[in-house]
Amino acid sequence: MKNCREITRLLSEAQERELSLSERMGLRMHLAMCRGCRNFAEQMATLRKICRAYARRDEGNSGRE
Amino acid sequence: MVEDSGTKSGEVGRNLAHAAQGEAAHLQDPVYLEELRRQLQRFAVLQLGDADLAEDAVQEALLGALKSARSFNGRAALKTWVFAILKNKIADLLRARGRQPDAQSLLSSDEEHRDLDELFNARGHWRRDERPAHWEDPESAVHDRHFWRVFEACLDRLPGQQARLFMMREFIELETPEICAAAEISVSNLNVTLHRARMRLRECLENNWFQAGEAREES
Repeated sequence: MKNCREITRLLSEAQERELSLSERMGLRMHLAMCRGCRNFAEQMATLRKICRAYARRDEGNSGRE
Repeated sequence: MVEDSGTKSGEVGRNLAHAAQGEAAHLQDPVYLEELRRQLQRFAVLQLGDADLAEDAVQEALLGALKSARSFNGRAALKTWVFAILKNKIADLLRARGRQPDAQSLLSSDEEHRDLDELFNARGHWRRDERPAHWEDPESAVHDRHFWRVFEACLDRLPGQQARLFMMREFIELETPEICAAAEISVSNLNVTLHRARMRLRECLENNWFQAGEAREES
C-alpha cells in the first residue's frame, strides 16, 4: 500500500502522464480512505485551471479565452 | 494577413488545416498569437521581474519565430520553438544583469527529503496540521484581483528551478519530453521537481487564500 507521500507524487505525475491500471487502482483505494489526499487530488486539478486562467488572463479587459 | 478578417472559431479549424499542409498559418491567426503571447509574457515577467524587459524579449522571440515560419508543422512545434528562443533571451538578460540563471539548480535529493519531511510523518502520512483542506469555491477566486496577487507571491517563493519548470509545464503547456530537452534534465528529475513545486504552491495558496482568516482547526 502506498502512503500519502507516494500518493501525492503519483497525483502530481498524473498531470503529466496517464497512470497505469495498477497505479489507478492503488490510488482509488487510498483516496477512498484518506480525506487529505482526496483534497490534494482536487487541488491538483484546481491548480491546473488556475494556471491556465492566469497565463491567458488579460489584465486590462478580461478578454475571452 | 488572415483571409477575411473574422476570428470566428471556424477560422481556427481552417488554419489548422493549412498548418497540416506545412504552412504556418497559425502565425497568421491573431487570436492564437495573442494567447501565445500572453502565456509567454507571464513566464518572462516572472523570470525577469520586469514587465518592459519581458515584453521586449517576448516580442523578439515571436519575431524570430516568424522569420523561420516555414519550418513549423503545427502549433506544438511553433510553441516549442518560440519558447526556446525566449528562454535563451531570458538567460542572456539575466546573465547580463550578473545573475546566474542556473545558480539555483536542482536541489539535492537530500533536500528533497527534508522539505517533504515537514509535511509527512515517518510512515509517510500527512502530519495533522499539514493535511490539505477542502478549498471553498476556487472558481470565484480566479475572478478576484486579490487572489492573483497572492498567487504571484506564492510563485515568487518557489526556488528558481522549480518555478521555471512549473511554468514551462503549466503556463506554456509544454509536454514532458520538450521540457526535459529544453532544461537538460531527466524525466524523474522533472517529476520530482514538479511534485515539489505543486506541494509548495498548494500549501501557500491554502494558507494565504483558501484558509486565510479562518481559525485553523485543531490548534
